[in-house]
Amino acid sequence: MAGPASEAPTASPRRSSAPGKVGNIVFRGISTGAGFVILLVLALVALFLLYRSWDTITADDQRIADLTFTRGETFWPYVLPLIFGTVLFSVIALVIAVPLSVSIALFISHYAPRRMAQVLGYLIDLLAAIPSVLYGMWGFLWLEPAMRPFFVWISDATNWLNGFAPWRYTLGYITTPLFGEASTPARVALMAGVVLAIMILPIVTATIREVFLQTPRLHEEASLALGATRWEMIRQAVFPFGRSGIITASMLGLGRALGETMAVLMIVSPGFRINFNILQAGQHQAIAPNIANTFGEGSAQDDGLGGSVLIATGLVLFVITFGVNLAARWIIARRAEFSGAN
Amino acid sequence: MTTPTLQPQAALGGAGQLPKHISWYVLAGGLALSFVVLLLFAEPTPASVIILGGAIYVAAIWISSRIVEGARRATDRLATAVVTSAFALAMIPVVSLLVTVVDRGRTMMSWEFLTTDMTGIFGDMRGGGAWHAIVGTFWVTALASVFSIPLGIFTAIYLVEYGRGRLARAITVLVDVMTGIPSIVAGLFALVLFNTILDPAYRSALMGGVALAVLMTPVVVRSCEEMLRLVPNELREAAYALGVPKWLAIVKVVLRTAIAGITTGVMISIARVVGETAPLLLTMGIITSTNLNAFDGRMATLPVFAYSSFRQGGVYLERAWAAALVLIAIVMVLNIIARLVSRYFAPKGMT
Repeated sequence: MAGPASEAPTASPRRSSAPGKVGNIVFRGISTGAGFVILLVLALVALFLLYRSWDTITADDQRIADLTFTRGETFWPYVLPLIFGTVLFSVIALVIAVPLSVSIALFISHYAPRRMAQVLGYLIDLLAAIPSVLYGMWGFLWLEPAMRPFFVWISDATNWLNGFAPWRYTLGYITTPLFGEASTPARVALMAGVVLAIMILPIVTATIREVFLQTPRLHEEASLALGATRWEMIRQAVFPFGRSGIITASMLGLGRALGETMAVLMIVSPGFRINFNILQAGQHQAIAPNIANTFGEGSAQDDGLGGSVLIATGLVLFVITFGVNLAARWIIARRAEFSGAN
Repeated sequence: MTTPTLQPQAALGGAGQLPKHISWYVLAGGLALSFVVLLLFAEPTPASVIILGGAIYVAAIWISSRIVEGARRATDRLATAVVTSAFALAMIPVVSLLVTVVDRGRTMMSWEFLTTDMTGIFGDMRGGGAWHAIVGTFWVTALASVFSIPLGIFTAIYLVEYGRGRLARAITVLVDVMTGIPSIVAGLFALVLFNTILDPAYRSALMGGVALAVLMTPVVVRSCEEMLRLVPNELREAAYALGVPKWLAIVKVVLRTAIAGITTGVMISIARVVGETAPLLLTMGIITSTNLNAFDGRMATLPVFAYSSFRQGGVYLERAWAAALVLIAIVMVLNIIARLVSRYFAPKGMT
């Protein structure tokens, strides 16, 4: 490069007569192009799913009801129990996974010896590396027998609650146990929730851990200096700082759980009801496993309308997960803006 | 002279203090008690002993601390116990999953299993293997990598080196959102894409590769971006000061510095998609023979082979576990190599 190179260091090198001018333009073009391709792919996913769903949107209700797998329902009555099942499994998973993840993240960030912390983090990440089909097999053959007595116990306990006079008085319409009669084998919503909870544990834990580790050191030390025990310090300094991180992590976990296919497909015995009988088999089904289960027999029906209906349910799932993930990222972004202030 | 309120014991409101290593004794006692209780009333298994023992430990440590040390110390000990047991609880699935897979996968595992396919294997016949599925998994992963690694690395370069303003922010957000695309949706996308453009009956490893690439690209972008951001700005500025054009500085300085981290990230993202099942179930299905042509015809893959064998039950169940063992071995080897690469090949002073 001719001339003194005394410009501001971060400014791009001078274009005119600089060597590598062509290279710069080409490289910049390729990189920007790659960014555009990402946007394009995401748009294409939405567009192609919408394109194939169009048949369903415009089709006669009767034709949809005549498909073998819709059980005589039109599109929305068909997909509504599936949406309910999807949300139900995921919410159970969250209820189990979030408190556990907060505890594990705390253990790694504030309790474990610092040198061990990284290794312990790897151990949790190992759960993320295990393929989902393995969770299905393991959940079915190992976890299900292990959890069954516990499920029966919950069922009995809630049944016993029903005997209470005041309970019966206020909720008189309940005649069966609160969460249904425990089924054997326990191919039920609660089982799916437990397995999903294990599957989303790594991402939720990792996100919360990152936030906990960012807690300002001075806040922690100030709290300890005032005589707080470790737990009081965590309540005073770590939790207030990490609250939005916990919310974000939960939503990321929710996004994962909503879209999980194989584990649910292999564990839950499907049904299409809207109820809270999470201990009973044959009550619920989620969107993703329903597609995997039905696509083989259903996709060619009625000149491809069957496939279109299933792809439309996939589009519904896409929209839901997209919304949840976008909301999670929005919260992260908002937090990043204020993180200097707190 | 100090005032009483400044003494830690008084501040915590407790009289005495529990002995130093009390937690370990209580833990051992809790485990022993839970083993005895389970032996009397039920079948003790490692998991149930640990869970019940942990519960006894949490309760015992809280009560004894409450009596001896007072409420605040007791709460602190309770929190420590709960947090530690949560971690132990999370270890149960890791350990039991690995043990189950190795234990059950062993029965069918042999050289024959790794090198033959399922052609001509019916009913209760033993023999046969997963060679066709291993080939399929190799092809589909290779294709996904070919699409998503360059795309991911260049996008990361754009975000770190060039990206300013709205476009960059939009890409950052959408890459994050893309990370959360359900795998089955990626499968449906590949299916619709190829069946609309090509033949509605077209099935091939290429479709699976496209589906996996949709899932893999955002993971590659994320990890590469993180690595590129770790490269100190001084290195870039030093290169510019020597008159190196920006693109050459990126290739020779930034990428060179971050290469170990990028390799690690790429390998972990490969490990992440190797086990994807649902999209491959939709796009590639399952066959019993070996198909070496990635661009035409169905192809078996390890996860789908494991799933369909699992569904068939009987002797196929053993094949499912053996296939699972192969799969998890691949995933673990990729993960371990990735960690080793990042540990030993990172430039000095970077990590």
